[in-house]
Amino acid sequence: MAVLLVADHANDAVQAATLHAASAARQMGGELHVLVAGHNCAGAAKAAAAIEGVAKVLHADDATLGHNLAENVAPLIARVAKGYSHVVAAATTFGKNVMPRAAALLDVQQVSDIIGVEGPDTFVRPIYAGNALATVQSSDSIKLVTVRTTTFPAGAATGGGGTVETIPGQADAGVSSFVGVETQRTERPELTSARIVISGGRGMQSSDNFKLLFDVADVLGAAVGASRAAVDSGFVPNDYQVGQTGKVVAPELYVAVGISGAIQHLAGMKDSKVIAAINKDEEAPIFQVADYGLVADLFKALPELAQELKSRGIKPR
Amino acid sequence: MKVLVACKRVIDYNVKVRVKADQSGVDLQNVKMSMNPFDEIAVEQAIRLKEAGTATEIVAVSLGAEACQETLRTALAMGADRAIHVHHDGGLEPLAVAKLLKAVIGAEQPSLVLLGKQAIDDDCNQTGQMLAGLLGWPQGTFVSRLKVEGAKVAAGREVDGGIENVELKLPAVMTVDLRLNEPRYASLPNIMKARKKPIDKKTPAELGVDPAPRLRTVKVAEPPKRQAGVKVDSVATLVTKLKEEAGVI
Repeated sequence: MAVLLVADHANDAVQAATLHAASAARQMGGELHVLVAGHNCAGAAKAAAAIEGVAKVLHADDATLGHNLAENVAPLIARVAKGYSHVVAAATTFGKNVMPRAAALLDVQQVSDIIGVEGPDTFVRPIYAGNALATVQSSDSIKLVTVRTTTFPAGAATGGGGTVETIPGQADAGVSSFVGVETQRTERPELTSARIVISGGRGMQSSDNFKLLFDVADVLGAAVGASRAAVDSGFVPNDYQVGQTGKVVAPELYVAVGISGAIQHLAGMKDSKVIAAINKDEEAPIFQVADYGLVADLFKALPELAQELKSRGIKPR
Repeated sequence: MKVLVACKRVIDYNVKVRVKADQSGVDLQNVKMSMNPFDEIAVEQAIRLKEAGTATEIVAVSLGAEACQETLRTALAMGADRAIHVHHDGGLEPLAVAKLLKAVIGAEQPSLVLLGKQAIDDDCNQTGQMLAGLLGWPQGTFVSRLKVEGAKVAAGREVDGGIENVELKLPAVMTVDLRLNEPRYASLPNIMKARKKPIDKKTPAELGVDPAPRLRTVKVAEPPKRQAGVKVDSVATLVTKLKEEAGVI
């Protein structure tokens, strides 16, 4: 039976997370189909059809699906899911919001945030903030799965020759409405797909001081993240948060600045290839996971770092 | 308006969990247990709604072993009016919890159901969404702002790209995120008073729900450990290491 991937998309393109979820989905079994639900999202449907390994795209275009309201999208997923062995989505806030609701409608116990596929019905997932890894086997006839994108490579965005089939939209459940989204535009790369991430914690002390981090980030072409403490203190917006309950990142280089290293933060970044930490407290737990630790006052170290990188001619790759 | 709050008893967030040697699970013997921190935020929000005159009654619900009553006493000491304990020994998966809560809600008829966005033990992030789906109610997940306005509730949701604002018709289910509020500590007089507040007991059989798990845990293992690296003495050395040894910049 075929596997259905529910695309997280931006109308004219699919999100990078969807490419990672596609490579997880391809480990689960048969033919790969993609559901692209939204409003005026033909571009995303076309992009989904081009993903390597995709045989078919189901394209549902309807004003009721325009803002990813779970009350409308979940019944659509449940309607389409019958006939598939698996329904898969990236564990983005879209997937986390919509998939469990669809699972309940199908009477399925979802498997969340998997990091490994051991077999068609057996998956590995972190529990207790990643302090343990559970291998679970599902007995449900359809498997609903969300995927931690950082542990699966991105599938190729081209090479697929999928057909696009238009399917009916979904009636409005009439109980919820989208009002708007507050977002801060940034020229920097997206946190979950950046090659380098530099994050600040409580030690940054203020919103203004984050400029010191931005300066280093811009030399490296890095994304900027933050610990929960920094977000709770209002230094930066919520979408900067890395950790158990924020974003999970696994870049080639993670630089933790003024972050002590609580287990909840480590849960979001400890799979990074290389970790560097700057903290004035040499006992900070972050040093137990860092490949390179610098015990220093960040207010001196950060400007020095920006300067050093520039003087050695280091540029974004 | 009646508000129902679900609270889960979990390992305390400060406890370092240990995987059992036989890989059957994590060691919960003699470990400090607490209310799931996200559920504490849900309880706090219910109390604030009552203090603001929006809510008239707060019912706390917990599901699981006998000891869940301690978690309910905490909710009662914080300010919930009464509690319901759905007693079940053995594991409960989110789908079963959602079905049991649906049955309780059928009898209680609250206008708003608040839950934490995820439990810090299994990190599933499912129960609220499943409950809303089973009820056919709207859902506001990962909520960091909430305002009841007549027959509607406006919510700010923490999403990957920032904050998304939605409006939901009541009755509704909301799962709360960290920045919604800071939960209060229960005062000693309130802890004493909570002892006299009623806790009703129910069983899955009485609620007509089969709580049998759908997932089988094959094993629970330690994650690979990261080795601590080296300390460097200067910014210049750090840059050299990152460039030449690690080759990442």
